[in-house]
Amino acid sequence: MTDPNLRYTDIEDDLRASVRDLLADRAAPESTLARFEAGEHDLDLWRALAELGATTLHLPEELGGQGASYRETAVVAEELGAAVAPVPFLGSAVLASAALWHLADDDDARALLSDGGAVAVLAVPLSTWDSTAELRVDGGVVGTVRSVADAAAADVLVVPADGALHLVDARAARITPVLALDQTRPLADVEFTGAPGTQVAGSGPDAVRAALLAGAGILAAEQVGLAQRCLDITVDYLRQRHQFGRPVGSFQALKHRLADLWQRIVLARAAARAAADALTTGVDVPVSVSVAQSLCAAVAVQAAEECVQLHGGIGMTWEHPAHLYLKRAKASEIALGTPGRHRAALAPLVDLPG
Amino acid sequence: MSELRERVAALLAEHDPATTERPDFLRARFDAGLAWVHFPVGLGGLGLPRAEQSLVDELLAAAGAPDNNPRRIGIGLGMAAPTILAHGTDAQRARFLRPLWTGEEPWCQLFSEPGAGSDLAALATRARRDGDDWVVTGQKVWTSSAHNARWAILIARTDPDLPKHAGLTYFVCDMTAPGVDVRPLRQLTGEAEFNEVFLTDVRIPDTDRLGDIGDGWRVARTTLMNERVAIGGRPIPREGGMIGLVARTWRERPELRTAEAHDRLLALWVESEALRLAGLRLRQELAAGSPGPEGSAMKLAFARLAQQASALEVELLAEDGLRYDDWTARRPEMVDYLGREPGYRYLRAKGNSIEGGTSEILRTIIAERILGLPVEPRVDKDVPWKDLPR
Repeated sequence: MTDPNLRYTDIEDDLRASVRDLLADRAAPESTLARFEAGEHDLDLWRALAELGATTLHLPEELGGQGASYRETAVVAEELGAAVAPVPFLGSAVLASAALWHLADDDDARALLSDGGAVAVLAVPLSTWDSTAELRVDGGVVGTVRSVADAAAADVLVVPADGALHLVDARAARITPVLALDQTRPLADVEFTGAPGTQVAGSGPDAVRAALLAGAGILAAEQVGLAQRCLDITVDYLRQRHQFGRPVGSFQALKHRLADLWQRIVLARAAARAAADALTTGVDVPVSVSVAQSLCAAVAVQAAEECVQLHGGIGMTWEHPAHLYLKRAKASEIALGTPGRHRAALAPLVDLPG
Repeated sequence: MSELRERVAALLAEHDPATTERPDFLRARFDAGLAWVHFPVGLGGLGLPRAEQSLVDELLAAAGAPDNNPRRIGIGLGMAAPTILAHGTDAQRARFLRPLWTGEEPWCQLFSEPGAGSDLAALATRARRDGDDWVVTGQKVWTSSAHNARWAILIARTDPDLPKHAGLTYFVCDMTAPGVDVRPLRQLTGEAEFNEVFLTDVRIPDTDRLGDIGDGWRVARTTLMNERVAIGGRPIPREGGMIGLVARTWRERPELRTAEAHDRLLALWVESEALRLAGLRLRQELAAGSPGPEGSAMKLAFARLAQQASALEVELLAEDGLRYDDWTARRPEMVDYLGREPGYRYLRAKGNSIEGGTSEILRTIIAERILGLPVEPRVDKDVPWKDLPR
């Protein structure tokens, strides 16, 4: 097996810089907090990301994409995680896109992928880790999916039902936004009562499985971005905050905790890069993704929890953005399989049966 | 690259490994500049990028050529050599580097003392000037390979009236000189992998001083930086470390499995794989000429994972985990963290977070130098060494 490329290329660094500039401008903590309170996506920001090409990086040019790869998509995810940006990236640009990518022989699927304006969202619970579909097709699509990420922003729902994917106009489903632990990634319950859908030719459980793997792999990158940002703002704060006549960052107890966090982020970044590279090359995908998701989810939670704790009182306030990171990190840990689920998935893959 | 191949081919043509004595071949290899290609011409190298060494090693190994057994002489290769190269005189480089590399003259390191571990710069071994010589008295500890070494790199205090970092000087010490007494230091594994070295009026000629008088700390930093580079720097396959041994036990002994141990094992497997990937990433960054500071993260993670994995294996093994293979005071030629039985590995791994810089010191260094957090208040910095409490 050849080694994965774990570096960031110059092109990826440039991409990161432009996404970071955009987010610094358009997704400052105060505006994200306002979105959190409203439980709304920032669709203007989403369109700006689309104009940069950041929402279709891994798709080939003939499908309206940038002809890059999941490696670049992962870099965007890192920056979106660092800003906890309220855009439907995971539900649409990753999950729905990955589900439909290899079904582009289907005219409707191809038209949807190539339509830069439409938001397609995969109708699965964000917490799902396998592809058990509970929806039926009986005249139209019937059934309810709870806690669907980004569904409120959807124009089209990509719905796994009766072992195939169906495209359903979002207006034909009942989409009920719910209060979410992480309102920067709005959730909705989606109810279908015979909604007319068109079945995507050639689609089956494999398409959903591929989408969930891609989602979990890219989510790992988002978690690394979030963890690094939590570390950075905590370090900045501990340098300027004084107590006992000293910057609190000079106290060894705090320094050692941040050194440990940094060390875990180093490992998490390597694992997330490996997952993005595996998704790109198709080599060793399930192992790489489960390794990354199992580690990065936990590291993001550790980083966000340390961010709250080491900020002390201010970290507990509504005003300070630390809670946005905590909520995103904890919700992301549950998303697309908890670390424990991914370890269980790994066991047979690496010949360590229980 | 092709020129390098030609050089290797020429060496092999002139010194057929099948018929050449090992030391002769190694000397010829050094003289051909193929010992360490990133060293200068005339000192075993060709002034090439370090990354090109692997091609030489592969070609020579494929031709059945002997190597210099790098693990046996790691202190010389990894610590003494870069320091001599950076700070030695031309005469010192010419005298020491060739037999160091061939392994004919093994090296050890006389740094740590009973009173100076993490705070190495507080060391008390004293060197007094006497004509063209220095006369050295003191006690060093945790010296691996001292009983086999021909030479040592040594830091000693030459001026106790200066603050601790300023009064140090760096020497090369002849381990066969009168007054050098090497005693085995038995550790908690039972074996005596290290030594205590007692120095009593050992005479070191001033020509064996490395760097200026009082400049010993700066010279030592070269050595210590290279020690950190050397740790965790080699490529390993998946399951290449301690985790592979635990995984093997898990596979071979299904009757030992429990649900609790299973999740711990998988969590350790995940982190070990991530550590392996982090090492790969670090080497890719190095090869691209942009090395990051991730090496210190790797040492911390390596120590923690080696300890946790070896602890899990002992627990898994139950009745066998209660046993031990050998409590005699063995003198191993080389350290092998992965050698012997699980009980030994569990105990030996405790040293991983102490040797080469404790994990606590490493965390402080990471926090201050990598994260940029404020330094601890230092009470000993501007005080003459002789006035420090000890």
